[in-house]
Amino acid sequence: MTQTLYATTATTTTEPEPVLEIEGLTKVFGGLRAVSNFDLVVRKGALDGLIGPNGAGKTTVFNMISGLYTPTSGDIYFYGENLVGMEPHEITQLGIGRTFQNIRLFPNLTVLTNVLIAYHPHAGYGLFDGLVRNRKFEAKEREMVERAQDFLAIFGLERYQDELAKNLPYGEQRRVEIARALASEPKLLLLDEPAAGMNPAEITRLMEYIHFIRDRFNLTILLIEHQMRLVMNICEQITVMDFGEVIARGTPKEVQNDVRVIEAYLGRGAAGRQGVSA
Amino acid sequence: MSVNLGFIVLSLVKIVAILAYLYGLFWAMGHANRLVKVAGVVLAFGIIQIALSVQIGETQILNDFDRGLLFQACTMTMVALGLNLIYGFNGQFSLAQWGFYGIGAYTAADITYRWNVRDARGLLVAGIGVILGGLMILAVGRLVRRYQGMPVLSQFTLYLIGSVLAGAVAVVIGNVLNPLLVPLFGTPDAPGILASPAVMQVVFLLAVLIAGAFAAGVSFLFGLPVLTLGSDYFGIATLGFSIVVQTLMVNTDTILPFPEMKGGRGMIGIPKLTTWFWAFLFLLAVIVIMRNLIHSSTGRAIMSVREDETAARAMGIDVAFYKLFAFVMGSFFAGIGGGVYAHYIGFLSPGTFDFLVGFNPLIIVVFGGLGSMTGTIAASFGWIFFLEGLLRVLLSQMGTEAPTWRYVLYPITLLLLMLLRPQGLLGNIEWGFLKRPAVALRARAAGK
Repeated sequence: MTQTLYATTATTTTEPEPVLEIEGLTKVFGGLRAVSNFDLVVRKGALDGLIGPNGAGKTTVFNMISGLYTPTSGDIYFYGENLVGMEPHEITQLGIGRTFQNIRLFPNLTVLTNVLIAYHPHAGYGLFDGLVRNRKFEAKEREMVERAQDFLAIFGLERYQDELAKNLPYGEQRRVEIARALASEPKLLLLDEPAAGMNPAEITRLMEYIHFIRDRFNLTILLIEHQMRLVMNICEQITVMDFGEVIARGTPKEVQNDVRVIEAYLGRGAAGRQGVSA
Repeated sequence: MSVNLGFIVLSLVKIVAILAYLYGLFWAMGHANRLVKVAGVVLAFGIIQIALSVQIGETQILNDFDRGLLFQACTMTMVALGLNLIYGFNGQFSLAQWGFYGIGAYTAADITYRWNVRDARGLLVAGIGVILGGLMILAVGRLVRRYQGMPVLSQFTLYLIGSVLAGAVAVVIGNVLNPLLVPLFGTPDAPGILASPAVMQVVFLLAVLIAGAFAAGVSFLFGLPVLTLGSDYFGIATLGFSIVVQTLMVNTDTILPFPEMKGGRGMIGIPKLTTWFWAFLFLLAVIVIMRNLIHSSTGRAIMSVREDETAARAMGIDVAFYKLFAFVMGSFFAGIGGGVYAHYIGFLSPGTFDFLVGFNPLIIVVFGGLGSMTGTIAASFGWIFFLEGLLRVLLSQMGTEAPTWRYVLYPITLLLLMLLRPQGLLGNIEWGFLKRPAVALRARAAGK
């Protein structure tokens, strides 16, 4: 089943080079197969979605890509380099940035510091420069702060720069998280439910942001989302998971009409009774 | 039972004065004008130096008792700042700080003690050992990085073997070089060049630095495997470390080959080389290093580990490295503090380094506010001047058993503080120099 689906995506090879290629990814927690034989190809410049009911294993896939979990088996290639076995910070430094489903800012640090931390691997000065505060430190530090402020400005957060992250409203915290992920200079951005807890107006704005940052920073984006409006509107290619397996793949329209997807979301037999009761 | 009211008032005045002094010092150091900075530091040094030496009539402005308190406060500040780096900034609850303080004290004391009795081996072995150890850590570190994903215990084994080898080589070299240096000490009647006071000062400086480096090296070896433990388990392991260190101190002359340390009877005859100049210099150095570290990218990486390890990892921060780095750096400060302490007190007893006493810096750090340098410094000085300077003397005037009440009174004070001000006395407030440099909002280009 997954094999045939994989084949259909593989035929569209006129597209740009693949950024992320996942093959046979499996994660077992005790007796639970959280992710089973998961395949995915994300091409350069794509804006793809990963959807599925709660507990389908989407976040587990993200955690394996970003190195927080070690896969039980399978391979993850990022620009041809196998990420399995690498430390999370090494993967981030290769160019994979991410946000978290439940916001994980550094709560007791200021918004500006939050973004600056993501710059740390690209700081351009070492420990010694920092200790003696030489000219290199001054110059690089100023450059870093200016770039961080640029990111905050893009997201309309510049007035919050000296505010502690925990004091910000929820929507702003989400935006800080995206700004922080961008500051780590990713080539591939993983967004884990960016619209969680947002109202329709905020979601509309978020969709604009996502499009904007992809074009502005030349990003490839893979996102997990429950908000169907967002997914169906902005994603180009959607992979649907259920019980750790890929059950469907295709454009939003194809996925929307897939019987298995409807079953997964609404229950077995729902495909036939659609419209009778939800 | 009589209570000397004048003494109480004077002690309180001293506490207020020392806090004002610190505030002024940090204000001057944080001033934009370089002239004010230098003048402030020189003035701060000078005021105390004069107060320590000038007499008004019969009484000295700062007598020997005050001098002791001052030095005690300086060393406590170094230890507590180091602990704040580990616990307050990096979020690793550690009870090992007092052990590193003790290691630093004994290391520095042994070097100068031996030098004083015309034996250069202390300096040679410890100095060469620390340098070789540092090189070994760099070399093994490169090796470990080449073999990705090496288990931490295997890394530890490599470092441990390296340390033992470095130590053995240092001992051999020290024993070979020592006979060459001994003649330069001269005889007690005709002191040679190495026995001169100026050389002694240099040896003292080196001894303190080596003590810091040695404590840092031990903390590296200990922290490498133990820091992989979660927070609570790490705390318990560090408690174990402090107990091991104290047990070794009690047995320095039996199971360790250091008869001059005299085990549980205590090490006597350590040259009292700590002057106000050295205490002030080391204090200032620790404060400046700490402040520059915290307000750099490295410092932000250290704080991100405290805030959220998972998020820090996802932002490209090498969490394991920064935990180890903060731990080693904090222990370095403790070692320096220990070296300074040993040379003003002139006597080291294992009782001083009991792990129960080791809660003092922890209490100071929490009292002053986790993650607040000003809080730690002010609390260290306030703590020493209040508890040792005022309360102990006051209670001893009230009866021989009364000093025991200290340990009832100050835990209650702490309980009240934790209930009323859980963020610590000063919370996030930093004074002058210690403040995070203000970042101006960039003026956006017109028309953008």
